Amino acid sequence: MADLGCTIAGIETINPFWLASAPPTDKQYNVERAFAAGWGGVVWKTLGEDPPVVNVTSRYGVHKDTARGILGMNNIELISDRPLEVNLREIERVRTNYPDRVIIGSMMAPVEEELWKELAIKIANSGVHGIELNLGCPHGMCERGMGSAIGQVPELVQNTTRWVREAVDIPVFTKLTPNTTDILLPAEAALAGGADAVALINTVNSVIGVDLDQMAPKPVLDGKGTHGGYCGAAVKPIALHMVAEIARNVATKDLDISAIGGITTWRDAAEFIALGANALQVCTAAMLYGFRIIEDLNDGLSDFMDEKGYRNISDFRGMAVPNTVNWNDLNMNYDLKAKIDTQTCIECGRCHIACEDTSHQAILMQIQADGSRKFSVIDDECVGCNLCQMVCPVPECITMEPVDNALPYVTWPDHPKNTMKSAE
Amino acid sequence: MDEQPIDSAKDSRLSAQQITRNFDDLHPPLNAQQAGMEASRCLFCYDAPCVIACPTAIDIPKFIRQIATGNDAGAARTILSANIMGGTCARACPTEILCEQKCVLAKGEDHPINISALQRHAVDPVIAAASSHLFARKPETGKTIAIIGAGPAGLSCAHALAVLGHDVQVFEAREKPGGLNEYGLAAYKMVNDFAAREVGFILGIGGICIEYNQAFGRDIFLEQLQEEFDAVFIGIGLGNANLLGLAGENLNGVQDALQFIADLRQAKDKSALKTGQQVIVIGGGNTAIDAAIQAKRLGANSVTMVYRRGLAQMGATAWEQDLAKTNGVILCEWARPLKIQGKNKVQSMVFERTKLESGKLLATGDEFVLPADQVLVAIGQSLENQILGDLETQYGKIKVDDDGQTNICGVFAGGDCIASGEDLTVQAVQDGKIAAKGIHNYLGGANG
Repeated sequence: MADLGCTIAGIETINPFWLASAPPTDKQYNVERAFAAGWGGVVWKTLGEDPPVVNVTSRYGVHKDTARGILGMNNIELISDRPLEVNLREIERVRTNYPDRVIIGSMMAPVEEELWKELAIKIANSGVHGIELNLGCPHGMCERGMGSAIGQVPELVQNTTRWVREAVDIPVFTKLTPNTTDILLPAEAALAGGADAVALINTVNSVIGVDLDQMAPKPVLDGKGTHGGYCGAAVKPIALHMVAEIARNVATKDLDISAIGGITTWRDAAEFIALGANALQVCTAAMLYGFRIIEDLNDGLSDFMDEKGYRNISDFRGMAVPNTVNWNDLNMNYDLKAKIDTQTCIECGRCHIACEDTSHQAILMQIQADGSRKFSVIDDECVGCNLCQMVCPVPECITMEPVDNALPYVTWPDHPKNTMKSAE
Repeated sequence: MDEQPIDSAKDSRLSAQQITRNFDDLHPPLNAQQAGMEASRCLFCYDAPCVIACPTAIDIPKFIRQIATGNDAGAARTILSANIMGGTCARACPTEILCEQKCVLAKGEDHPINISALQRHAVDPVIAAASSHLFARKPETGKTIAIIGAGPAGLSCAHALAVLGHDVQVFEAREKPGGLNEYGLAAYKMVNDFAAREVGFILGIGGICIEYNQAFGRDIFLEQLQEEFDAVFIGIGLGNANLLGLAGENLNGVQDALQFIADLRQAKDKSALKTGQQVIVIGGGNTAIDAAIQAKRLGANSVTMVYRRGLAQMGATAWEQDLAKTNGVILCEWARPLKIQGKNKVQSMVFERTKLESGKLLATGDEFVLPADQVLVAIGQSLENQILGDLETQYGKIKVDDDGQTNICGVFAGGDCIASGEDLTVQAVQDGKIAAKGIHNYLGGANG
């Protein structure tokens, strides 16, 4: 059986799955339930200097599909609203009760060196394995000059990271906000500040929906609403991209990555690891289903690794990074054509109408003598876009088949039709 | 399918409470959550096979998507603008041979969308609100049309004409409107007086007036209507119950199955109805099934449905056959009735086994006797030819053209009395729609 144990920023963990800094890690009770369920570690809910913040009611909003599936959720909750001492004593107790599990202390403070250093030392003294800088919270705290207000300014990312780095001798994780134009700027700033790892992504700034009766953004509090942090399955593609950018960037490629963003299944986890993540943080999936999802996360990832022959996480970590390239590095001569298996086709017509209305009119619908419908691809019109395969409800019914055209790998910069091609 | 369980007792004397339960809704309606989940399964097919399979061509993917998006009123409008009796059809249509049979998920997942239940979910609130606000009448044209028969065809035609601004006078032979919806469908499919409530909704459009106890050929006549009205629509159904033509058919206890169902539908207290202990139903159509199951649910000890051919040849769908079996009805195939025996009252029936040889049904000479104290005959109905006058017929039914017009100019027809397809409510509604369009054009509406 594959070994799920791994190391990030020098910290050993029994499996790569940690709970992210959020409501599930708010207190001893939740964290011990998580450890009992099998989670490898937690990042404790963000701590600030006393007096603690006060939270509002109506904290979460949801984005659902029509079949009650939750695509994503957002929240307007602030950091821990319990006294710092209470949190620190609880951390000490959990460390004693679960010595083989990881606890990272998450923190934020106004942009003053002394405040950051004092708080970091207090948290480190509780026995945490590392400190995570919350530079990403995009709601509430940013209005007080913290969270994403820091994370969006590379200079402040570097300074806060350096302050904590100087104050403590345990690993430092800088948690990045995705609410920025180029994730490499804060990532490089974190590296320059001495971070042992970056953690990303924090939540995406969002309005989750509008209550059309109250005419106010959701979640509605007494007739008003505000923007909040979007998370869950829907943000996974954003997170994958940002993780990949850091992993393939020359300056940051050796920075450890604690990947966060919509991880719901073992497959999501494997994808983040393939793009360079050293370990993972999960929140929304646990909030929606409870801590027992850890069983299948561990099980599924382990089975996948066994099937592929990976003995440990590092065997496949970053394997997809070299294949993550710029558009200009793609092969312009690669040719795919959709192929429809008429044996398994159930004749819903979705591929036809998607292509006919919105793409390249490459799928023919023919009514047969018996009234059944036959769908076939017009190869000359098919641009291999994948849309038909995506909308097809039958697994494997539509496949995208590479055309063996014997043409060489040619990128756009070298392409004969590129009029901007530099003269040689 | 989660049919309501049947209560039956050996002594056939069920309590009024048990009988009430036996005639409760066959399939309870979906709640909002069930409807939402089922609607979300729909693939929203393009040029959907279910629509092609529906005689009234309801845009099924559209109304299901409307349910999924929370636009229930829009879903009802989509259904009712294609089929004003979408409520009855949601209850009575043999969807297993129509829309649901063609659902691509029947092929993909062996589990079609429950279209009928979703349709009922969308339509029922509109009928319960008893308003016709979904449709508005066009300005009055001053034209009046006579409609003979307030069944599905007549009322469908009447509603469509009323929407177009015409005035409609309906003549109905019975005391109530609705035709077979009111008198002929199984009680557990049409609970809470649904047929009458649906007619109330249809009449809510305005411009439709119904006179009852007005039978065609007895109280009203075609020539007279042609003189008084701008056009006439005939939707008289099939008035004659076919007879077995056997000795003993006039014995007490031998009854037309449709009459049995009509009595049951009209009974205020079903526990006051008398059913036999040993019931034989002759026939293989849905009426035979409806009669057999209802006899069982009234408390008959044994109900045997006897059909001269095999189960595969039955008019009743496989789903209806399963329902009968689930209700404890014995399906006896390959047997033809020879005679009905008894003194004054029926006591038994003699049958002869049949077989199929090179497509021909042959008698085998092998006879058997089944005891019976009630025999329900459900071998179809036919048109009362003697009242048709100059109307041309074909295959025993009134002949119409593509616009629903008979050989007599200005006289249209639809429903079971014409040969348009299966004798189903949904087909009758479509016939009424077609004829209404034909009448509108005949009256110059297309140019007006």
